[in-house]
Amino acid sequence: MQVFDSGNVAAATSVKLARVQVVAAYPITPQTPLTEKLSQYVDSQVMDAEYVAVESEHSAMAVCIGASSAGARAFTATSSHGLLYMAEQLHWTAGARLPMVMCVVNRAVGAPFSIWNDQQDSISQRDCGWIQLYASDHQEILDTVIKAYRLSERICIPVMVCYDGYYLSHTYMPYRVPEQSAVDAFLPPYTYRHTLGPEKPTSLNTVTLPGGRTDIHGNFAPGYMELRESLDSEMKKAVAIYSEIDAEYLDIAGRGGDPIVQCYLCDDAEYVAVALGSMGRQLHDVADGLREEGIKIGVLSLAMFRPFPADILRAQLSGRKALIVFEKAFSPGQSGALRSELQAALYGEASQPELFNYILGLGGRSYSSVDFRSSIIESIQRKPGETGRCEEIGWIGLGR
Amino acid sequence: MRDKTIQIRWHGRGGQGAITAAKIFAHAAFGADYPGVVMAPSFGTERRGAPVEVSLKISKARINDLCPIENPDVVVVLDDSILRDADVCKGIKPEGLLVINTARGKDVYEGNGKELRLATADVTRLAEEAGLKRGIVNTGIIGALAKALPIVPLQTLLDAIATEFGKARGPANVEAARLSHEHTRME
Amino acid sequence: MADDDLRVLTSDSYAGPGDAGRTGAWRVLRPVIDYEKCAPAKSGKAACFLCWLYCPDNVVSKTLEPKIDLVYCKGCGICAEECPPHAIAMVEESKFSDLEAADMVQAGAVTAGADRD
Repeated sequence: MQVFDSGNVAAATSVKLARVQVVAAYPITPQTPLTEKLSQYVDSQVMDAEYVAVESEHSAMAVCIGASSAGARAFTATSSHGLLYMAEQLHWTAGARLPMVMCVVNRAVGAPFSIWNDQQDSISQRDCGWIQLYASDHQEILDTVIKAYRLSERICIPVMVCYDGYYLSHTYMPYRVPEQSAVDAFLPPYTYRHTLGPEKPTSLNTVTLPGGRTDIHGNFAPGYMELRESLDSEMKKAVAIYSEIDAEYLDIAGRGGDPIVQCYLCDDAEYVAVALGSMGRQLHDVADGLREEGIKIGVLSLAMFRPFPADILRAQLSGRKALIVFEKAFSPGQSGALRSELQAALYGEASQPELFNYILGLGGRSYSSVDFRSSIIESIQRKPGETGRCEEIGWIGLGR
Repeated sequence: MRDKTIQIRWHGRGGQGAITAAKIFAHAAFGADYPGVVMAPSFGTERRGAPVEVSLKISKARINDLCPIENPDVVVVLDDSILRDADVCKGIKPEGLLVINTARGKDVYEGNGKELRLATADVTRLAEEAGLKRGIVNTGIIGALAKALPIVPLQTLLDAIATEFGKARGPANVEAARLSHEHTRME
Repeated sequence: MADDDLRVLTSDSYAGPGDAGRTGAWRVLRPVIDYEKCAPAKSGKAACFLCWLYCPDNVVSKTLEPKIDLVYCKGCGICAEECPPHAIAMVEESKFSDLEAADMVQAGAVTAGADRD
């Protein structure tokens, strides 16, 4: 069925289709319409779920931790300060290897107070052990949430599905909604391998001594460091596992096939513009225009930031003349996180592209396709070898 | 890309229903063979009575640029009092179309040095005649826009309005749009 | 889809004595149950068992005469604190002879719930 609605409603629809059993959320702009929609679904029994109205985001995540531990499919959503308020619980969820999905409706972080879009919130949580996926339109929001449950429940790592506040959350566009029966066939009911229940009393995530220990059966029980190592090595498997899941989704929904990176006009591209989220979509138009002028440019939209799909990026980007990385978040004192990580991924490659980094849209600062175009041209016109140093940032729209 | 997209910027006041109007028009356009339809209210806060903008882009192809409209082809004004508060024609393209709800005819807008096409209708009065409470103008203005920018059949729009407002409120809203369509003048 | 390649390591502890080794040696005070006062022992009915419920190390058996596995009992005293008829006394460990200390390792005193899978 094709509908015309907002990104937040697309997200709520996918949560309903995923037959989520527990929703615990606290409203925050621009996420609010998403949780309002879910509370309507639960209230009107369109969704057979428990909606827990909590007093904070920290509690929202705590409720989801409890629900997921007890074997219920859990969901929450937040933005900006709400995400940061649950930061401690984010690390906990990942360390406890609890499957769940959270939508992060990207918004700037204060001070000063801003309710508008950038991606500083989710990017600042890149190290908390969650998988991070970024959607670039409403169809991707809906499809990604459904696929994210499969991924999360398979790999036992929680997944953030991030999408740009306003540009996607409050914008209306058409998208397709799959049949419930198709989603049911794709996403079986949730079972958790360590389900907490009275028939098998368990203390989860107990104090873990610096070293491993012998358990009551005389077996080696892993210590903290073994757990961290396995979180890393298993999260890295998400690239391949998510690709398999996406292929199955392609069969049922007819959409997908490029779940990690989406390349546009990249085959013969000398230059590639790289971005996360809705910017990637807009860059298609910019590339079309530049191609008409004979500039060989392509676009790589990154849909997965954690784990960082370094192999795929090396394969796609090594040997290009230059990469122009557009970001709506950065690490003060350094550069955009995506730019740093791309550079790290390409380090040691025989043919390294020049790298240019532009920061834009912070706190909702306006930008347009013209800005992308002029930044790309500016980068292309730099002399060879005059690469942007890792800490060099081009600011788009300052003083506007 | 770029210029095959029809960019319509709506100006109203918070609570006047500009978002609903744009949404109805978008729905109808989508149903009338425009697969690329993107609609977004001005990002941020909407306060009752304060000027608000809505961006509506309509295209035969997928729309990738989700930024608010800066260079509209069409500007729709739900209430001519907004002309005092906002530069509604900011960035409008040459030969752009301005659709205004006003009782003052072509005198309402002096052009500000721009070559524009102007369409006017006294939607406030016509909507009242149709049986709506005074000040409900968002469905009437759809009729005016449909006259000035005939990209979607009127009947498709009337059907979309009927669907949106249901049995109780549908007929008067449909009539407001029909009457406004009939009485819109290209100045 | 086989998921054998994923270990999903977590730090979980299952109810059962001995998760931290033979902790009976840590004890300063030993719980001693007076079966004249203990509700299930006295009545012959499965009742109360608050000592079993509250014991953090799961070393009290849910039997009509509740038994405490002294190999693992750390002597925390929670059972004595919770016992409604005050049937459990905490007695200085030094009051017991070496011979009695050896008796701690008694077959059959091991409590339930140690099954990991």
